[in-house]
Amino acid sequence: MGFQTNFSKVEGLGSSKEGTHHWWMQRLSAVALVPLSLLFVYTFMQTLGTGYQGFVDTYSNLGNAIVAILFLIVAFFHLRLGLQVVIEDYVHSKTWKVLFLIANTLFCWGLMGVGVISIARIAFGFVG
Amino acid sequence: MVELRLPKNSRIKVGKEWPNPASSDNIRKFRVYRWDPDTADNPRLDTYHVDMDDCGPMVLDAIIKIKNEIDPTLTFRRSCREGICGSCAMNIDGENTLACIKGVEEIKGDVKIYPLPHMEVVKDLVPDLTHFYAQHAAVMPWLSTQTSDPGTEWKQSPEDRKKLDGLYECVMCACCSTSCPSYWWNGDRYLGPAALLHAYRWIIDSRDEGTGKRLDELEDPFRLYRCHTIMNCSKTCPKGLNPAKAIAEVKKLMVERTI
Repeated sequence: MGFQTNFSKVEGLGSSKEGTHHWWMQRLSAVALVPLSLLFVYTFMQTLGTGYQGFVDTYSNLGNAIVAILFLIVAFFHLRLGLQVVIEDYVHSKTWKVLFLIANTLFCWGLMGVGVISIARIAFGFVG
Repeated sequence: MVELRLPKNSRIKVGKEWPNPASSDNIRKFRVYRWDPDTADNPRLDTYHVDMDDCGPMVLDAIIKIKNEIDPTLTFRRSCREGICGSCAMNIDGENTLACIKGVEEIKGDVKIYPLPHMEVVKDLVPDLTHFYAQHAAVMPWLSTQTSDPGTEWKQSPEDRKKLDGLYECVMCACCSTSCPSYWWNGDRYLGPAALLHAYRWIIDSRDEGTGKRLDELEDPFRLYRCHTIMNCSKTCPKGLNPAKAIAEVKKLMVERTI
């Protein structure tokens, strides 16, 4: 560090020429989540108090299953992008930052996969 | 990770209470951040009493009076005393502003004065702005052209000139950048509202031929996209400018050239 000039510190490793896609996708998924989360909450309400069989019945309906699956995909996609920004903002140790970014991706994709496959299983009639 | 408390040697102690000189009934108390790099002491908050019947109306008038008549060791930057040079930017009554255009009467209770937040302090109210200035230089704040010089001036229509209003007035006082939490946490890599406003000022200049290169240089998760539209910059700008909008316009151009 010592004798590095201020300009060299600002220049750093240069511009990475990316970030726009991330920013744009975050906005697009946010817009998509407005109708999707309303629809998801609406269909999920139908399962309240109906027990196991009621839940299975609700998501055996193709429309309800599509809403739930789309919601899970977009929500976890959006969550991953958002958490990435939080990590970049607040985690300054290089090692921890990389570890958190990896954990974030595995966590979000993992939960997305679990959710989507579970709903699909009901929708395709593997669970009765 | 983020440090929530100041390091031990930066914590502010109670300082000296300077004697109340006058028997006027228009005395205002000024509580001013002091730190001397030549001693090992922690920063402290000194209290001064200023007779406002014998002082100009602005905070700058009061601290000049303190320096002249009470405590000559008080250190701060000032020059034009009319809001055009940007030297006397400091945190007054919890808000970054220019001391020369902030009226003492606008402030209720004691007048608390600190240096601009989250910058290294050179002495008292003087922050180290070298990195901030280097960031300004990094956005190439000058006309960039390929076409050979027109011999006279580069022409611009009144409509195109109008696009620079609200941008060219920036005096680089650093109030906005040092009010921005994103700049506090990532100021080493995030360019900050002031530099980005200047970048946009040249990006939309109809005479400039370096728009694409300028956008290339800005397109970066840290340089540009650390802006999370917190809007402190626009709220605090003593010149009434809107750096947050300028940054939003840059982001819109970034998308525009990809879709």
